[in-house]
Amino acid sequence: MRIRIEKRFDSPRWMDWGLPLIALLLAFGAGALLLAALGVSPLKAYAEMIRGALGDGYGLSETVVKAIPLALCGQAVALAFTMLVWNIGAEGQLVVGALAATAAVRFLPSENFLVMVTLMTAASALAGGLWGALAGWLKAKWSVNEIITTLMMNYIAILGLEYLVYGPWRDPTSLGFPLTPIFHEVARLPQFFGTRIHAGLFLALLTALLLRVVLRWSRWGYEIRVIGQNARAAAYAGMATSRHIVLVLFISGAVAGLAGMGEVAGLQGRLQPGFSVGYGFTAIIVAWLARLNPFAILAVSFLMGALLVGGDTLQVVMRLPLSSVQVLQGLILFFVLGGEFFRNYRLHFLKREGDA
Amino acid sequence: MDLLVPILAAAVRSGTPILYATLGEIITEKSGVMNLGIEGVMLVGALTGFGVTYHSASPWLGLAVAFGVGAALCAIHAFLCVTLGVNQVVCGLALTMFGTGASSLVGRSLVGETIEGMRAFPLPGLSEIPLLGPVLFNQDAMVYLSFGLVFLLWFFLLHTRPGLKLRAVGESPIAAAAAGISVPTVRWMATLFGGGLAALGGAYLSVVNSHMWVEQMTSGRGWIAVALVIFGIWHPLRSALGAYLFGGVGALQLRVQAAGTSIPAPLLLMLPYVLTVVVLTGISIRKGKGILLGAPAALGLPFHREDRD
Repeated sequence: MRIRIEKRFDSPRWMDWGLPLIALLLAFGAGALLLAALGVSPLKAYAEMIRGALGDGYGLSETVVKAIPLALCGQAVALAFTMLVWNIGAEGQLVVGALAATAAVRFLPSENFLVMVTLMTAASALAGGLWGALAGWLKAKWSVNEIITTLMMNYIAILGLEYLVYGPWRDPTSLGFPLTPIFHEVARLPQFFGTRIHAGLFLALLTALLLRVVLRWSRWGYEIRVIGQNARAAAYAGMATSRHIVLVLFISGAVAGLAGMGEVAGLQGRLQPGFSVGYGFTAIIVAWLARLNPFAILAVSFLMGALLVGGDTLQVVMRLPLSSVQVLQGLILFFVLGGEFFRNYRLHFLKREGDA
Repeated sequence: MDLLVPILAAAVRSGTPILYATLGEIITEKSGVMNLGIEGVMLVGALTGFGVTYHSASPWLGLAVAFGVGAALCAIHAFLCVTLGVNQVVCGLALTMFGTGASSLVGRSLVGETIEGMRAFPLPGLSEIPLLGPVLFNQDAMVYLSFGLVFLLWFFLLHTRPGLKLRAVGESPIAAAAAGISVPTVRWMATLFGGGLAALGGAYLSVVNSHMWVEQMTSGRGWIAVALVIFGIWHPLRSALGAYLFGGVGALQLRVQAAGTSIPAPLLLMLPYVLTVVVLTGISIRKGKGILLGAPAALGLPFHREDRD
């Protein structure tokens, strides 16, 4: 039997949601094999994950809490990916945003809630944006590979965070723990329904709406999509690719920076190392699984948030490290990528030579 | 002089794991496949090398198995990117996530254990040469092997017919296919070989350098290797210089820290990452000035069947 591969010109609509779903199932299947090989019952592990993340009100609320930074970072990387600019630096931009929000609390204190929140929001967006735009500028001016620069800037941002919380920004009363002092009451985003869900949720929803509208309906959004699909055609059409690269990475970094502000001002109330559990990296899966669609990113970030909360449960109940979640994330991305082949190609199983 | 020799010798030692990974990535990229999973593959290699050495007490077996496991892991990348033609950037990132997670998960029981590892093996005669001797020839066998590998790969790429075929596939897969070269086969082999070398670099860290397994012990060396491929303009000899430069920065930073400086550790640790950005920018500016660089023309582009039919 021979297999012939044929290009599809349009894919059936069910594939838009069906293929990612199948990919998820296959990834969990492959993960089960690995868990079983390590002597862990995969059924029990998955049951605990689902129970922990979706089983009760607390789990659900924690899933939303983790979905907030994932959604923001997901939008950030998806915007860049739309233009085929590979921003792998959402994690660093998120950290820099958190640093800037903390700096605002430290150096520009205000007694007024609205003033303080505006300052924190502006500072985090500006800092994250500039952190991203630096890589964009290097790429636009000298075509410096942005994958490497954004990635290296993750390490630099995280070490900068460590320097500050172990050094000049450390709370003198923290008994040596690397923490900044707790934020003043007016510098805290409100939390709702007696859960830890904070106002960052609105930032995530608003960003999704704005990006959807801008990408779909504005000239700017149109140009970004054209550059992503055919850079040469965009150049012939006179689109200013260089300027777009810098601006897109600025906006991308700014959105990720907002996520960092949400984490410190909405959730933790202070800055401490390791406050982000790799949201900026998980965001890459979120963006790809959602096929870069801003609304789909919201749904997928809920799913990935559940995976993270489930991972926390695994840690507590079954003493499995958080890295098991990372394994699942890698597997999900493999299968999603593999699924894209079937969106673009059709397989014909031929019984004999010469069949068509 | 008393200070310089140990630092240069340490530069070679800490540059060697990056060098193996860089050489592997050069071969992979020369065939037109970009593998951004190096960081994850190195971690899996580090764990495999350590684990096998721990159980067998044979560092050579550990290194060999690490090579094999690294190549096997990159079969995922080869299947998805070469056979199915998916996006290579995202696939590489997936490989890094998977490798990082899997090595931490599987290696839990080995954290805190130590092994005998591999010891230095001064080359008789050569190690007596002033300056060069202690820097280059008072090292371990894997360092000598890497010297050989640099020249071997340079010769292979630029002076042999199989090397020419590999480069042809990376420059113009359509022309290569028309000349009767199987593009998928060459790319598969280059991806597996590159993955094996990356894993070997990771195994060097655990088996030769530290004699321990620590989660995420590569700390970005895989990414630095990817940057060094560009810095070395896809040329093995130049990349070796880059690897030793980065090894030197790492060694220097450790020494400054040990000497008890007032500079906070996180700022010192930033150095290699800042240097990567600076060096990459420098080479990109020179590229803009018209210096011929060796980036394979078809790098990152999948070769679809219908392009050939």
